[in-house]
Amino acid sequence: MPKVTIDGKEIEVEAGTNLIEAARRLGIEIPHYCYHPGLSIAGQCRLCMVDIEKTPRPTIACNTPAADGMVVQTETDRVKDTRRSIMEFHLINHPLDCPVCDQAGECWLQIYYMKHGLYDPRMTDEKVHKPKAVPLGPHVMLDAERCILCSRCVRFCDEITGTGELGIFSRGDRSEIGLFPGQDLENNYAGNVVDICPVGALTDRDFRFQVRVWYLDATKSICPGCARGCNIDIHVNRKRPHHAGGRRVARLKPRFNDAVNAWWICDVGRYGFDAVDDPERIRFARHGGVDVPLDDALGLLVAALRDHAPDEIAILASPDLSNEDLFALRRLAEQRGIRHIAVRMPPAAGHADDDFLLRADRHPNTRGAETIGLDGDVAAVLARARAGSVKVLWVIQHDLTASGFSPSDVAQALERVGTVIFTGTNENATSTLATLVLPFAAWVERDGTFTNFLGRVQRFRAALQPLGEALAAWDLFSRVLGMLGGTPAGGRAELWFRELARTVPAFAGLSYQSIGDGGAMLAGAPPTTAPEPPGRRAKAPA
Amino acid sequence: MRNFARTDSHTLASYRGASGYAAWQKAQTMEPAALVEEVKKSNLRGLGGAGFPTGMKWSFIPKTHTGPVYLVVNADEGEPGTFKDRYLLERDPHALIEGMLITARAIRSALGFVYIRGEYVQPWRRFSAAVKEAYDAGLLGKGFDVVVHRGAGAYICGEETGLLSSLEGKKGWPKIKPPFPAIKGAFGQPTIVNNVETLCCVPPIIERGAAWFADLGTKTQGGTRMYSVSGRVKKPGVYEESVSITLRQLIERAGGVTGTGRLKAVVPGGGSAAILTADEIDVTMDVDGCRAAGTMIGSAGVIVMDESVSIPEALLVLARFYAHESCGQCTPCRESTGWIEKMVHRIVHGHGRKDDLDTILDVAKRGGGTTICAFYDGAIGPYISYIQKFRGEFEALCRA
Repeated sequence: MPKVTIDGKEIEVEAGTNLIEAARRLGIEIPHYCYHPGLSIAGQCRLCMVDIEKTPRPTIACNTPAADGMVVQTETDRVKDTRRSIMEFHLINHPLDCPVCDQAGECWLQIYYMKHGLYDPRMTDEKVHKPKAVPLGPHVMLDAERCILCSRCVRFCDEITGTGELGIFSRGDRSEIGLFPGQDLENNYAGNVVDICPVGALTDRDFRFQVRVWYLDATKSICPGCARGCNIDIHVNRKRPHHAGGRRVARLKPRFNDAVNAWWICDVGRYGFDAVDDPERIRFARHGGVDVPLDDALGLLVAALRDHAPDEIAILASPDLSNEDLFALRRLAEQRGIRHIAVRMPPAAGHADDDFLLRADRHPNTRGAETIGLDGDVAAVLARARAGSVKVLWVIQHDLTASGFSPSDVAQALERVGTVIFTGTNENATSTLATLVLPFAAWVERDGTFTNFLGRVQRFRAALQPLGEALAAWDLFSRVLGMLGGTPAGGRAELWFRELARTVPAFAGLSYQSIGDGGAMLAGAPPTTAPEPPGRRAKAPA
Repeated sequence: MRNFARTDSHTLASYRGASGYAAWQKAQTMEPAALVEEVKKSNLRGLGGAGFPTGMKWSFIPKTHTGPVYLVVNADEGEPGTFKDRYLLERDPHALIEGMLITARAIRSALGFVYIRGEYVQPWRRFSAAVKEAYDAGLLGKGFDVVVHRGAGAYICGEETGLLSSLEGKKGWPKIKPPFPAIKGAFGQPTIVNNVETLCCVPPIIERGAAWFADLGTKTQGGTRMYSVSGRVKKPGVYEESVSITLRQLIERAGGVTGTGRLKAVVPGGGSAAILTADEIDVTMDVDGCRAAGTMIGSAGVIVMDESVSIPEALLVLARFYAHESCGQCTPCRESTGWIEKMVHRIVHGHGRKDDLDTILDVAKRGGGTTICAFYDGAIGPYISYIQKFRGEFEALCRA
């Protein structure tokens, strides 16, 4: 493996590693725009120039593989001067409209100008004008004047999605990004071009003008949109609650994990967080259509479970619940001897795996539920209900009326059940039919872990306080378990996970610490890698 | 140009009548390595602009490569002031085909592409007809095929890797190097890109020997070449002369300076070459002679300006050309060609400031050597030399 010296520090890297990545490992940032580790090398922005010993002039670091014995300097006077020049070239036709630009605060033109530019502007002529506020598709807006033509978005559509909607049209300083005729940027990964755009040229139509990025806080999380479990950051707005109409979650951004999703997430997941701040969130407990204090509702729930024979009780648990939630529920069911507990629902129509990350199973923790042993079939429970054998049906998060079951079967089942109890985050048709309703905290409001379809256990963290009297599911189950005379694992999700790891062999040895930010595999599950993007797969010969 | 005198010089019969394809006959008896060696010894240097030794370029094809090797002919002649390849395609197309056949044997290529400038309609017709004749006569199609491809009007497609991108059906953006075309060129295969005139020199080299060709020129460059002489001369046109000729002699060959009759400046090697003043024309018109004089022979497009010519206006023409033709891929070139055009435009139209001149010089120097291809390094040749050598003329137009 080649050994290079960068700014006097030596490092050994795998053959083929370029100087930007080698420097990054040493904690040295070589500024760049067009280079992106997930895309091919373009070498267009010309910002990543470094001095290499025995090379007559500065060389771009992105296209230079580290070679054995190479001596690189990233901060010589010549390199600094070149960077300043390149920054000036990048900015002469840029509109400098930072005060009205959504990218301001996370814009690499701003960051690098302050770090490497700081020249006095000399451009006094009329700038080149180009189209502004051009919708490229349902999610992405283009401002061609802000664009620095790094071509990352074009390469993304060519190399990652393989859909090729974008191109660079015209020549010289009239060049601009655009759609090929008859195309719209509406592939399921379009939102990623906003993430990789280093400037304010591509902005998110969902996020535009909602809140300034410097008011946002980021929390590491896992996308609950499907069984893949893409790693994400949740950006929440706590500092300016009056902005964006009270919307607390401003946006979701992919978080790099080369074992799961690499740099990318799909748009189904990216824009699938509406439920969190929806007016239909359940904030308070309700009995017979009237709000009641949470403690009263818990008492009613415990009474229903205690006053019926275990065989007359059925629980429909959800694969949207975390491992901790499901394990607490298992303990609760064991405490009362409840055997009719099911998770598996017929999949909703129209859901299929896409060609990259999105899975047909739109629940984040089906594998976790199976592993914890809550894999009973909902159909069997409904059949018992229709037969009149179920007196108490506790529905968790599901909407039976919107499931794949026949509506008449569902209606018949619900009619014959004495008491329908609903716990969940949002109102749905089933919650409105329930006698007793208790509120759950949404996924952004609690800690926990999901197990993805390949057996990777990954942590998500609370980014916000629960609304109203909502409780994390494990917390609600803990309280019920305690009231039924059992012993809860503790008052934090982590303690439930510890209990789970002690009890279920597949989780043995795992802890929040060992899972970390990147996740850890269930015992016996082979290690995972992010799937090959469709744009890179070998095309079948025509 | 040996065949130009005959009116039917573009036909196979006429070409054969002047011992055409005799070199190809001889080449077929020679080993590929011997052909490369012969061209190396002839001191033939690329006549498209860069002046790279042709035989050496051929020898860069990896010896271990077993897949296809492509020969690409750069007939995208677009350098301002250059029109020699056009004459060759129109009047001596079989010389190019013969040169391609020999070169293909030397580099073991079975397929050649000829990329002809889009505006060159008659050259394309003539060359295509010659290719058909060569197929009918069994010269082509027996181990070597030729594809004729027309450009769509972009100067940058004359840059060899821009040409390859365009040939592959992509936007004509130059490719990042390394890898160089001889390692990974057209369609990812080793490729040799040669200029039309360069390949037309190959048959005589093989026929008459490397020493004969080398002796025609200077120590470091063999042969004659075709100078496109235009501007304020009595007899503008294409002149084939030894590369050892001086610029002064060449202007005399073209009938001397017209207009005022007093020479002001000469561009010796196409638009991208640094300008020479009337005092600087005793330069030898080969690659190294021009380099020593701080300019370049480039494509040997000689543009003569008499004293009535406004140098700032001449620079504006070129600045507009570079701003129009920059492909837009690399930031320094994309952004500063347009900016410099605006500044020169302002100066020519009486709205310039003297500090604009320093800004142009500074911007040009800063951008030099920072881009993927040599386009911008070509553009700064005129930006810098016109202003440095004729600064007074620019300042006279500035207001402050």
